[in-house]
Amino acid sequence: MIKLSNVTRRFGRLTAVRGLSLEISESEIFGLVGPDGAGKSTTLRMLCGLMDPSEGAVEVAGLDVGKHLDQVKDQIGYMAQKFGLYGDLTVEENMLFYSDLFGIDPAERDRMMAEYLEMTRMTPFRDRPAAKLSGGMKQKLALMCTLLHRPRVLFLDEPTNGVDPLSRRDFWEILYRLAKEGMTILVSTAYLDEAERCNRVGLMHKGRMIHCDTPAALKAQMAPYCFRAEAADHRAVRAVLQKTEGVLGAEPAGAALHVYLLEGARREDVERASGARLEPLEPSLEDVFIALIRREESHAAA
Amino acid sequence: MSYRRFHAIFRKEMLHIMRDWRSLMMALAVPLLLLLLFGYALTLDVDRIPTVIYDQSHTQQSRELANRFSGSRYFEIVSRQGGYAEIVKGIDRSKVLLGVVIPRDFARHVESGEAVAVQLLLDGSDSNTASIAAGYAESLVLAYSTELREAQLIRRGSGKFEPPIDVRVRVLYNNEMKSRNFIVPGLIAVILMIIAALLTSLTVAREWENGTMEQLLSTPVRPSELLLGKLSAYFLLGMADMTIALIVGVGVFGVPLRGNMLLLIFCSALFLFGALCWGIFLSTVTRSQLLAYQLSLLSSFLPAFLLSGFIFAIENMPWIIQQFTLIVPARYFVSILQGIFLKGVGVQVVWGQMLFLGIYATLVFTLANRKMRQKMA
Ligand SMILES: Nc1ncnc2c1ncn2[C@@H]1O[C@H](COP(=O)(O)OP(=O)(O)OP(=O)(O)O)[C@@H](O)[C@H]1O
Ligand SMILES: [Mg+2]
Repeated sequence: MIKLSNVTRRFGRLTAVRGLSLEISESEIFGLVGPDGAGKSTTLRMLCGLMDPSEGAVEVAGLDVGKHLDQVKDQIGYMAQKFGLYGDLTVEENMLFYSDLFGIDPAERDRMMAEYLEMTRMTPFRDRPAAKLSGGMKQKLALMCTLLHRPRVLFLDEPTNGVDPLSRRDFWEILYRLAKEGMTILVSTAYLDEAERCNRVGLMHKGRMIHCDTPAALKAQMAPYCFRAEAADHRAVRAVLQKTEGVLGAEPAGAALHVYLLEGARREDVERASGARLEPLEPSLEDVFIALIRREESHAAA
Repeated sequence: MSYRRFHAIFRKEMLHIMRDWRSLMMALAVPLLLLLLFGYALTLDVDRIPTVIYDQSHTQQSRELANRFSGSRYFEIVSRQGGYAEIVKGIDRSKVLLGVVIPRDFARHVESGEAVAVQLLLDGSDSNTASIAAGYAESLVLAYSTELREAQLIRRGSGKFEPPIDVRVRVLYNNEMKSRNFIVPGLIAVILMIIAALLTSLTVAREWENGTMEQLLSTPVRPSELLLGKLSAYFLLGMADMTIALIVGVGVFGVPLRGNMLLLIFCSALFLFGALCWGIFLSTVTRSQLLAYQLSLLSSFLPAFLLSGFIFAIENMPWIIQQFTLIVPARYFVSILQGIFLKGVGVQVVWGQMLFLGIYATLVFTLANRKMRQKMA
């Protein structure tokens, strides 16, 4: 459904996306994670034809985005990272505006609007100017506007940024429903608990996709390198560990430290050198994420 | 091109305009204010010109000439017995605008039919007023000297009466020289520029700044639909202003509309369209409201105000600036406006100006349409 082949995008001397290849199949929810400036938004923009890749080809719904942009636009819904609706227009006016742009049949439109407003529990706010909505409601409105034309592919750029946990749950409920109906969803997110909900996760770092797999596989793959260290004095132990050879990083996590080891480093050697006791850890995606980025950085430094 | 998408954009723009009281103020209140200001307070009419007469002749004829000056409503005699010193001092202090020096041999010259050299000293620091004052004074002197010669010819009883050549300055088309009559038509150009330059220049840049453009670009909306939708909304606003100006100008201030109203409206639409396209073009290129606003103030509003001949006569400008006014669309529009209002001229006279406005509009529209196609980066 979505295909990127060796895509690179430069802004002057900066390379925002570097040699990215990726395939996403129908009705998959794919999560794009990565630190600020990793190139997530740039990737999504290229997929929507808002920017052209410097190199490589982008394909959506079987169509080359560079060549058939107008057809592609009928098939996709895009929700920008920054709220992109009109604050002085009401919820309903915004929705009507977008349904006109997508040329939706009025009867169909009325049915959909009612359905979506119901689904997002926004019906009471129909006549409220968008600027006066809460953060979560704004995001839901933006989502509704991108869904009106029943796109086959949905691109969401950090859709739940600044949204409270309860509304985020709502939001994801909706995404699951859409995926079940066959929609393909590419979502970038800064929340790793959200990445956990995706079928597959791609981790981007400095324009490169450094890992891409199901959350379970990612965790299983990193489990041998993730440990837990109990310590009374966090800071001292952390300082020692960070200087120990074979240690990628040691991060405070609740009462303990999570310790990530280099590939090939042995737990016993690290324990001996640092004096800390390392217990095996069932890593969360967050652990995987931090460990992978640390690994990437140490490769880059070497 | 889909009518539905175009209409969606148009409707949305209208909602923006209606809901933002600042833009409504700019669109409706400012033009009214300008009309009232120029119509009532700021008259450029030249009358009661403070005048000093320096009579070197001291004859009956020269005294009669001085009487003619004091009898005219255009002149106000400060002194009848002045000298050069008094005239210069008066002009320096802006107490006097005109000095009339009647030479010693005035009467003799007139009677012998020779050219009369009455010297006029003018304060040229306000060249507009000075040239108007000179015109009045000249025609007054000429009228009087002609009269004298006529009388003399008759007195001599020369068989047949030769009518003297009358070189009177006659002010055509605006006989009362009411500045209001040429200011108000010109003001229409300025008012349309307010809509075009100061409101329209914000419209695309605002969408870039607010991030709404990114969302829009992901929809099937075509650049031309976006452009035409926005243009139409502001076009409507501009034509509403045009109507207001017409009603206030003709109805309240009694400015004569001698020409064809339809031609006037058509020319205004032509001018407005080009001006709007320029505003949108700047907005599209800069993607910054502040920058677009400033650029459009400099490139369209100020030239419309200063270089269009609306207030300042182009003939009095330095050569280089006169050349520059040739590329100012407002110049052509102001000349069309004054032609239609005051002279009642038709297409056969203003077609050249209309052609320029048409070419300009087409050019800028093409440019704006091309720039609208931009990607995000
Ligand atoms: N239009 C642009 N011009 C120049 N540089 C850009 C442009 N857009 C993005 N960049 C740069 O490209 C890099 C990647 O940006 P991008 O917005 O894709 O990151 P991101 O992963 O979405 O980050 P964030 O989580 O902050 O949204 C950044 O260094 C950014 O400064
Ligand atoms: Mg981003």
